[in-house]
Amino acid sequence: MAAELHVELVAADRQVWSGEATLVVARTTSGDIGVMPGHQPLLGVLESGPVTIRTSDGGTVVAAVHGGFISFADNKLSLLAETAELSDEIDVQREQRELERAKAEGDATAERRADVRLRAATAR
Amino acid sequence: MGAQLRVYKRRIRSVTATKKITKAMEMIAASRVVKAQRKVRASAPYATELTRAVTAVGTGSNTKHPLTTEAQTPTRSAVLLLTSDRGLAGAFNSNAIKSAEQLTARLEAEGKEVDTYIVGRRGLAHYNFRERKVVESWSGFTDEPSYADAKKVAAPLIEAIETETADGGVDELHIVYTEFVSMMTQTALDARLLPLRLEEVAEEKPQGEILPLYDFEPSAEDVLDALLPRYVESRIYNALLQSAASKHAATRRAMKSATDNAGELINTLSRLANAARQAEITQEISEIVGGASALADATAGSDR
Repeated sequence: MAAELHVELVAADRQVWSGEATLVVARTTSGDIGVMPGHQPLLGVLESGPVTIRTSDGGTVVAAVHGGFISFADNKLSLLAETAELSDEIDVQREQRELERAKAEGDATAERRADVRLRAATAR
Repeated sequence: MGAQLRVYKRRIRSVTATKKITKAMEMIAASRVVKAQRKVRASAPYATELTRAVTAVGTGSNTKHPLTTEAQTPTRSAVLLLTSDRGLAGAFNSNAIKSAEQLTARLEAEGKEVDTYIVGRRGLAHYNFRERKVVESWSGFTDEPSYADAKKVAAPLIEAIETETADGGVDELHIVYTEFVSMMTQTALDARLLPLRLEEVAEEKPQGEILPLYDFEPSAEDVLDALLPRYVESRIYNALLQSAASKHAATRRAMKSATDNAGELINTLSRLANAARQAEITQEISEIVGGASALADATAGSDR
């Protein structure tokens, strides 16, 4: 059995995903970071962006995460996000409309949010 | 039908209608408590993970941060009071308000100025009626608070604590809310949210766990900068959820006793109505008997 780490992806109001993984890639304020089993203890600030989790059964889980933290210790990785949704929970058409609306109104936060969701949805 | 009986019948009808309403409200509140409790539970993983992270940074580095440093002589405090928008919840709101007033009195006795922040129309109405100053208030979400609401409430509070006291900021932040202990017990309590006592935060987690030496990304200061506001938000969110659950539990209990009382009242009134009806019948019979015997007496006299 390949080495694996336990991942908990939690949003403020619910647990989004939890399970075993072999690799987690997330975007911190200083760039993308990949965490594999046995990584040294880490605590970082996440940027709004897609998080890719390669599960131990070979699948890939992609989630759009908006603001939060990544913390890793004892082979347990926690991804804390204010809001997070899995790629298959994202309604692409709705987000496309949202992106256009945000662009038209010049709402940078909403635009980024929609953009991240779209990228997460297409990356699956 | 006699006047007395009619009055009783009318009162029974109106009490029955009231009973139906309170019963419905009781059932609605009961289902909402369950929902609110579920939300409290759903928010737990985030809160525990966050507490872990805060403890890790707080104990693992010597970073100073305005949210964790105690002022030498605290002169201004902020008190956040969580009440509900609607009443009909027994002593729920008055307990929270009383607790906030005790806290305010205690802080003032220590020589601190107190800024009051209020969530919920009930608390606001109480303060407005007494013409006390409220710095900021929020309402409209107390039944089902979302994380965005907690963020909205937390933002000005964090800002106030980050500003220098001389510029209108505050040194401490206290929160008064109703803790949901069980379906039957909810207690109003106050807690100091800021400045954070890291030792206390550390006590909340299981003993004997040794925290690893973390690698901070990008730096310990930046992580703490980002973590602490989130921690405060999550604590406020938790308090809002508990408060909502407590409110529904209190409503359920108040409505249950109202329903019980209405039932009792209906019983008493029906007994009184029965007695009135019986008295009426007795009176009618005695009138008839009296009339008949008077008639008999009269005819007997004329025959002679």
